[in-house]
Amino acid sequence: MTGEGNLSRRDFLVSIAGSGLFVLFRLDPLLAQEPAHLPTRQGYPTDFNAYLRIGQDGRTTSLVGKVELGQGAMTSLAQLVAEELDVPFDSIDMVLGDTELCPWDMGTFGSLTIRQLGPVLRGAAAEARAALLQLAAERLQSPVEQLAAKAGVISDARDPGKRVTYAQLVQGKRIQRHLEKVPVKPVSAFTVLGKPAARKDGLAKVTGKAKYAGDMGLPGTLHARIVRPPAHGARLKGIDTSAAEKIAGVSVLRDGDLIAVLHKRSDAAEQALALVKAEFDLPAPAVDEKTIFDHLLKAAPQAQVVGESGSLEEGEKLAATLFDLMYLNSYVSHATMETHSAVAKIENGKATVWVSTQAPFMVKTQVSQALGFTPENVRIITPYVGGGFGGKTLARQAVEAARLAKIVGKPVQVVWDRAEEFFYDTFRPAAVVKIRSGLTSAGKICLWDYKVYCAGDREAKQFYHVPHQRTVSAGGWYGGNPPGLHPFAIGPWRAPSVNTNTFARESHIDVMAAKASVDPLEFRLNNLTDQRMVRALKAAADKFGWTPRRTPSGRGVGVACATYLGTYVATLAEVEVDKATGRVRVTRVVCAQDMGLVVNPDGSRQQMEGGITMGLGYALTEEVRFKGGQVLDRNFDTYEIPRFSWLPTIETILIENAEVPAAGCGEPPIVCMGAVIANAIYDATGARLVQLPMTPARIKDALK
Amino acid sequence: MMRAVSFRLNGKPVRMTVDDERMLLWVLRYDLGLTGTKYGCGASLCGACTVIVNNEAVRSCSTRIKDVARKQVITIEGLGRAGQLHALQQTFLKLHAFQCGYCTPGMIMSAYALLLRRPRPTRAEIIQHMDDNLCRCGSHKRIIEAIQAAAQTTKRGAR
Repeated sequence: MTGEGNLSRRDFLVSIAGSGLFVLFRLDPLLAQEPAHLPTRQGYPTDFNAYLRIGQDGRTTSLVGKVELGQGAMTSLAQLVAEELDVPFDSIDMVLGDTELCPWDMGTFGSLTIRQLGPVLRGAAAEARAALLQLAAERLQSPVEQLAAKAGVISDARDPGKRVTYAQLVQGKRIQRHLEKVPVKPVSAFTVLGKPAARKDGLAKVTGKAKYAGDMGLPGTLHARIVRPPAHGARLKGIDTSAAEKIAGVSVLRDGDLIAVLHKRSDAAEQALALVKAEFDLPAPAVDEKTIFDHLLKAAPQAQVVGESGSLEEGEKLAATLFDLMYLNSYVSHATMETHSAVAKIENGKATVWVSTQAPFMVKTQVSQALGFTPENVRIITPYVGGGFGGKTLARQAVEAARLAKIVGKPVQVVWDRAEEFFYDTFRPAAVVKIRSGLTSAGKICLWDYKVYCAGDREAKQFYHVPHQRTVSAGGWYGGNPPGLHPFAIGPWRAPSVNTNTFARESHIDVMAAKASVDPLEFRLNNLTDQRMVRALKAAADKFGWTPRRTPSGRGVGVACATYLGTYVATLAEVEVDKATGRVRVTRVVCAQDMGLVVNPDGSRQQMEGGITMGLGYALTEEVRFKGGQVLDRNFDTYEIPRFSWLPTIETILIENAEVPAAGCGEPPIVCMGAVIANAIYDATGARLVQLPMTPARIKDALK
Repeated sequence: MMRAVSFRLNGKPVRMTVDDERMLLWVLRYDLGLTGTKYGCGASLCGACTVIVNNEAVRSCSTRIKDVARKQVITIEGLGRAGQLHALQQTFLKLHAFQCGYCTPGMIMSAYALLLRRPRPTRAEIIQHMDDNLCRCGSHKRIIEAIQAAAQTTKRGAR
């Protein structure tokens, strides 16, 4: 790490805070241009006491509205507090996602925890530390300049006998001193940030003590299994619950469309549910996983121009070669290992709901509306969450549990089974991308006409240097779609829009490189001006030991790169293709990421390894099969997610760039996986795959 | 059928009167309060519910309680001894071989069964043995490394 950069400390805070209050499902807030100066803690409480409590025992409790999904937020946020407050990392206890204790937060998604909440929390801890120093100066009768804080103790540098602990100053109370314009520490002063830290959730998770929403075990809990339709859009015609009601201890509850069997044991409720005879009217299926793409092209909402420069006509004139290709990707499931879970307890007109969710404050609104309770009479508690990836943004199960608990007057637990999880999942939308492009005789991209349908416009814009270009987007994962566009719910899936856009763009770049007979890495470097991307590509290529060759070289190596909300990713991969069976084995992946300041290098590598491994799935096998609103995949036998035997050698590179504000880490590493594997398959075989996932059948077809 | 069933659970005798067709997973989680064993798929497809029965890894979601009668059952809660973490728990913790942690108890129990049988497994043996334990966060790389590391620290396998 180098010394202080050009940004003043205050500017650092100001420039990356904010973008707090947005309506998530109407627009993609992260694409909005951030103004140069935003007030800090926008949407967040301004009093630092909301985030920090110093106990009489000297331990610090930090309260945040984010949740721990496995991404390590509990650990990296504690590092921020430890650094700025000058307390030992091990003395910090984190409380996450409890709407009664923690300050408001929009939700845990978009790789925003460090990027958005990070500066707020750092600023809060820095202000608290400065306030403590002032209080200490008054108490010790020493000039504040003479005082130093270390590990929760403030002492006088000239008179070491004069010392006072944070705990002594605070006495378990809120700190009644507020300061303005307190700087955060410069990179050169870091002792905790930028270094690995032991995960705060580790011990609980390796001992089985970590509690998830289905593990609360409240006394008197009834387990509910809910009558589900066989397809989205189906209407209940008739129901006979008499056989189920004959089982001892079973009760059947009905609240409008919500019909549930309850029992004190979940397996007995399950047996009772099997005895319920429900008849449904099914709509005629209109689409399936094969016909969906034509449907999307016809039914997509109106396209919007999201980026434009130069003139497409001029670009076409400059072109020696024109390209016109279409790229497809299927619906993909989140398939978190923990299914949607909730347990709701209603006492004295107040609901407390433990929920597996990424957005407890949104769930609070959902539940209060469903129950007709005022928001202050709803408390959402988020225990550990068993994976999210965008799939636990809404919490239908919490509403179900709360509605049933209100009727029955006892705690009610709803844990979806795996079939319900697939049925109600908010899939990554199937999508189509059409690209028309042109190349000059000198191998420069002169034309880029990009249209994306239904994936969304996040990172759709071109980052290569292209004089004449236009990017158009029609529909996306964030709503605003006409009814019936998708036969079931869709939503954000790890790096929403960007897996689709990167697959299309980076496949197409490779197509042009091959036509130009230029090594695909060299072709990229020839057409890039953004030096951060150049640096990321070179770092990955060095580690990989890339030797330039025109494709297809028969070696099976590929390259792809992308930006994700300020993070730069370059990924290289090596594959083996069995031409007889169409099976692909990814043998090696090297990924370099420049995300600005790295708070926790080990946590970042974990996210990168995880993204790369998870990305093998949407690249090679994952595809939701359906017939109209009927979801045919119901478990892991037909919906194949990555396994140990798929694992390539994974090497990760963190590019040092600590003076640039921290961007996100959890989503970027997955975005190149479709294209880098497609490009490596092309290099191995000469077959260009334009549809994800690249199943053996599609590969064999492409080889013909 | 309601019956008295006895087995040893984490080293201690258990005797309970239950419908003996019930699956071990639900008896562990709700009747006995051991929630470290997780539900993931209900069909032996994901491994989140893996426990040890007589030194073999089994899927508790598909194992009837009558099939563990008079047997030794070990769950994640019973793995450490005398307040000490088991070698696998130590290496999973040290190497951060988990993210969301939901599959972790099943991963550790599966690995435990492997080390009982093969104290020094090769990487290929680890992959083969663990292949039906699913992890969505992508901790596979570190899980393999943690199992290898645990095998190095235990003298005679995972006792």
